[in-house]
Amino acid sequence: MNFWNDPLKIAADWLMGIFTSWGMPEIGAQALIAFLGIFLLIAILMVLDIFLVWIERKVVARFQDRIGPNRLGPYGLMQPFADIVKLLIKEDTTPAGADKVVYNIAPMLSMMSVLILWAIVPLAPVILGVDLNVGILFLIAAGSIGTLSIIMAGWSSNNKFAMVGAFRQVAVMISFEVPMLAMLLIPTVLSGSMGMNAIIQKQDIWFVALAPLGALIFLIAAIAELGRAPFDMAEGESELVSGYNIEYSGMKFGMFYAGELLHAFTFGGFWSILFFGGYRFFGLEKVSPFLAIAVILFKAMIGYWIIMWVKYTMLRIRIDHMLAFNWKFLTPLSFVLLMMTALLNALLRGGSTWLYISGMFLSNVLLAWSALEIARTYSRREREKAEGPKQALGVVAEVHH
Amino acid sequence: MIPLSWFLTLSAGLFSIGLFGVLSRRNAVAILLGVELMLNAVNVNLVAFWRYGDLAQMAGQVFAIIVFAVAAAEVAVGLALIISVYRRRNTVIANDLDLLKW
Amino acid sequence: MTAQQIIFLVVSFVTLGSALMVVTSRNLIHAALWLVSTLFGVAIIYTLLNAGFLAVVQVVVYIGAIAILFIFAVMLTRKDMRDQSPQLNRNWWMGALLAVVTFGGLFSLLQSWSGFSKTAADFPSGFDAIGRLGEALVSPDAFVLPFEVASVLLLAALVGAVYLAFNRK
Repeated sequence: MNFWNDPLKIAADWLMGIFTSWGMPEIGAQALIAFLGIFLLIAILMVLDIFLVWIERKVVARFQDRIGPNRLGPYGLMQPFADIVKLLIKEDTTPAGADKVVYNIAPMLSMMSVLILWAIVPLAPVILGVDLNVGILFLIAAGSIGTLSIIMAGWSSNNKFAMVGAFRQVAVMISFEVPMLAMLLIPTVLSGSMGMNAIIQKQDIWFVALAPLGALIFLIAAIAELGRAPFDMAEGESELVSGYNIEYSGMKFGMFYAGELLHAFTFGGFWSILFFGGYRFFGLEKVSPFLAIAVILFKAMIGYWIIMWVKYTMLRIRIDHMLAFNWKFLTPLSFVLLMMTALLNALLRGGSTWLYISGMFLSNVLLAWSALEIARTYSRREREKAEGPKQALGVVAEVHH
Repeated sequence: MIPLSWFLTLSAGLFSIGLFGVLSRRNAVAILLGVELMLNAVNVNLVAFWRYGDLAQMAGQVFAIIVFAVAAAEVAVGLALIISVYRRRNTVIANDLDLLKW
Repeated sequence: MTAQQIIFLVVSFVTLGSALMVVTSRNLIHAALWLVSTLFGVAIIYTLLNAGFLAVVQVVVYIGAIAILFIFAVMLTRKDMRDQSPQLNRNWWMGALLAVVTFGGLFSLLQSWSGFSKTAADFPSGFDAIGRLGEALVSPDAFVLPFEVASVLLLAALVGAVYLAFNRK
């Protein structure tokens, strides 16, 4: 048990030795060590957040066929630091008539709801904040706090556009929590536990092979939860003048913006934990925890890249289409998928592995295909009702001649 | 360790504060806020008795979960009623909703 | 004074303080936000009682859904942005008196009970509370029937709420 195998325990024991030799009571030393660990994690996350800003701007530039920031530092790496300095030295305004306390707490709550998620992310088999056995529900709970912060921001700005943007965003977030919760239950069913570490340990076969439709629906619901395009009704720059963060400038806006990017990266991480094996990579994580951290960060980056790819490729969806898509398509589909996964898992798990994998995979494909067929028939019917059937138009045109 | 009396006192205090809210507030939504406090107090009580009693008997936690569900249902229907009343009478002050008084 | 006792005292102080602010706030949005703080305090109490699942469900259901529903309802039922009217009705002193009497009555009633000062049995390690809760909720000789009835109740509430609040334009 040396440093390279179990870094957290070695560091904690060493610090405990130092603190008790200074005469601190043991429980005080434990609390202090816990605080230091939290502080270290948050510091690393904040530095990562800064580089996420750089990654975001470079990637969006490449998607838009341009180069992106390349003036400051090599490849523009110093650009986010310049951004942070700019945000810090801006005037810290509070709009007149705004509710001061709520207005100032909202960005803090938004950032808090993201940082709190990293308490349950298992970076390695031995490096994790706390091995909660209800990790899945904790994910939803942290999302709820984020929802609350958005409605606080929108209401306290004393601005109609902010309130409408916040209402829409909160409606989207609460609505998409339902299919997300159903899809979060799929790894629970497949692994028999709600704890993140247990889910990763049980992924000898990555769950994306067993429930690809589940991974896809989770990604869609997660993008809606994040409030990113194509679901970013709240910050539609051209529609709502950037929604709930209209009245926020300076570092408060920076917290919302950086919090959103970190949230996207965190959900990339959770997508990889739940469906792509987390820190596992054919036994690499047993070699050293640092390799496990590298693996999970790599997978989280890939998830984040996919989320960015979706954002910079797709058009924004209208709010009523968004909600109709959720309640009329995603929610029934996700419940049927959950039931089907649970049933097939119970039936096929005992049998041969290839039958298990192919059975679950094919059932997912079948369900997706039939859902799309139903949607297609429904939309064809709607279109015919709106435009009239094709033959009647031809008859009318002939009659008018 | 924490004696059971502390949890029961907290629960009784929360219940009384909720009772005060229900009896003394004018706005109907504020009355519902008081009801929520009372339901939470009851839940704390149930879970405390589960913990300090027989741990194998899950009835305490099950009861608490059913209370969660009932509270959610009641808040949803209650607030829908209040919004509906507001649309007609343009007020949610409980005192002014007196159409059925004789 | 063990750490748990200190945590309990701080959390219960915050919870009761927030509850008082809920019932005396003039601004209803502030009252709803104080309710969020109270619900969070109650969630921490559940954690102290080793009911971790209930704590997280409390945050998800109460804070994530019910509190937001309250905030929406407050925003939809106000005539102007400022609340000038008094927040307590005419007989608020009677309500306060009743609340104090209730608390005193409950407290004195429990004082005479022998198990009042009981301390908790140690939580057995490896006690899978969530697994047992799950089994209790779906096992036929446990609580599957109340569970199903609760889901029917939620369905009825869902249909009722949508119907009541539906705005046919």
